[in-house]
Amino acid sequence: MIGLEHYLAVAAALLVIGIFGLFLNRKNVIILLMSIELILLSVNINFVAFSSFLGDLVGQVFTLFVLTVAAAEAAIGLAILVCFFRNRGTIDVEDVNVMKG
Amino acid sequence: MISADIQTVLPEIIIALYAMGALIAAVYTSKDEVAPLLTWLTGGLFVVVAGWIGYNGAGVNVAFDGAYVDDGFGRFAKVVILLSAAAVLVMSQDYMSRRGLLRFEYPLLVALAVVGMMVMVSAGDLMSLYMGLELQSLSLYVVASLRRDSVKSTEAGLKYFVLGALSSGLLLYGASLTYGFAGTTLFSGIVAAVEGGASIGLLFGLVFLITGFAFKVSAAPFHMWTPDVYEGSPTPVTAFFATAPKVAAMGLFARVAFDAFGSVTGEWQQIVAFLSVLSMFVGAIAAIGQTNIKRLMAYSSIAHMGFALMGLAAGSAFGVQAMLIYMAIYVTMNIGTFAFILGMEKDGVPVTTIASLKMYSKREPLRALAMLILLFSLAGVPPMVGFFGKFYVLRAAYDAGLTWLAVAGVIASVIGAFYYLRIVYFMYFGEETEALDGKISPVLWVSLMATAAVMVVGVVNLFGIEPLAAAAAATLVN
Repeated sequence: MIGLEHYLAVAAALLVIGIFGLFLNRKNVIILLMSIELILLSVNINFVAFSSFLGDLVGQVFTLFVLTVAAAEAAIGLAILVCFFRNRGTIDVEDVNVMKG
Repeated sequence: MISADIQTVLPEIIIALYAMGALIAAVYTSKDEVAPLLTWLTGGLFVVVAGWIGYNGAGVNVAFDGAYVDDGFGRFAKVVILLSAAAVLVMSQDYMSRRGLLRFEYPLLVALAVVGMMVMVSAGDLMSLYMGLELQSLSLYVVASLRRDSVKSTEAGLKYFVLGALSSGLLLYGASLTYGFAGTTLFSGIVAAVEGGASIGLLFGLVFLITGFAFKVSAAPFHMWTPDVYEGSPTPVTAFFATAPKVAAMGLFARVAFDAFGSVTGEWQQIVAFLSVLSMFVGAIAAIGQTNIKRLMAYSSIAHMGFALMGLAAGSAFGVQAMLIYMAIYVTMNIGTFAFILGMEKDGVPVTTIASLKMYSKREPLRALAMLILLFSLAGVPPMVGFFGKFYVLRAAYDAGLTWLAVAGVIASVIGAFYYLRIVYFMYFGEETEALDGKISPVLWVSLMATAAVMVVGVVNLFGIEPLAAAAAATLVN
């Protein structure tokens, strides 16, 4: 029997993979965008699992909001990335370094 | 029922409809030629809505089954947000027009960001919190990279986007845990669920939520995006980042801390105190070596957020009042300082190095004096208004038994005074360098002088902001 904790474990693993993807990745900014998607999807799994477990629809409504916003977020991220590529000619993470912070 | 709900959120609806309508109107007419007009129009609308909210709002109105709460705290924050956004918009018009940066989308994106901020400070549910936050963040990512032909600006936008999206993700993960363990997303439901001690799941949710907020208010150790974004964005956009979004994020932080987790103050108090002390020291120490005034203002804002968080860490009504007063003063000081920075240029090209200010007082005594007053106020030197902001939060921390935090705050503010006074030293005693242009647009001049005057005249009674903030704090903490 697959219980709530299994879903939570998967979501937690996805969250950690996403965060590590953001910080360990030294190659490509597109991978950063994929990691962000991964984080948001882990949240969705959490919401749907809780929603089903609690017998409460609010979690699924929240999931729909998150999905919509994630799409808008990806669109804006890619647009900024295209502008950056035009100016810099590369999208390597190591080349995002004009300013040192 | 629904008409009463609409009535409550009418200010937000009006600004959102205005932004969408103006966007379509500008696309189908003369596009960027109407941008200056739209900038002033948006600023005017903000002031009108701020006046309307400030004078007409009364009592606590709950809309959409608790998802939106219009109370004194929200109204105070909204008035500060709207007025500061309006001031930044009208200040940026001349600067951006002369550099061909003023696209008609700019004021409208700011308007949408402001709608997001207004929803943030009035959120009564994790869902409306998230939607407001994202509306604000998505608009800000775009304005950060407004100068799309510049490597710095697009890089600032990219960094802001990646770290902002990460913080939203962490915040959402916290929201999902909170929902799962409290069984509801309503703040009123969460506060009932944590009554008498929060479960371990709720505590994890709370910690993730606080992490997300710390990113948004740029509190250390989640501050690393701030200097780069401040430096890379066009200066008017930096001025905007340093004012309204900070108020909104602090408002949201306080809203969740008290409305949703108000019955377990002890659980988040330590985390907020830790964020506060770290921000104050990181901001004060890292700013010392900066040569770029925009980067310096970024570290300055980190330190100031540390002080504002100190008010929140007190966990009392007086602490929230101190935080609100501090934020209002901080925003006023920043508007004046950025009016000065926007006026720094040489042969029409903006200059942001601190060294270019050497012997500034000789050529522009009045502007140098105004900047001196603002810098003293930022540093918290006693006769200026900025001192009273610091005094309030320190007293709130002391009253709440956080003496160590108050002492750390005093030490950090002494360290921080060094880099503000270094600018003053350059302006009055540095060696002569090539002169900056003497011209400054009338709007910038008026903003600079007015805020400097406020810093001096305000010591009489802080313009009566104290009872207003107390009333606002009383509606949040009870």
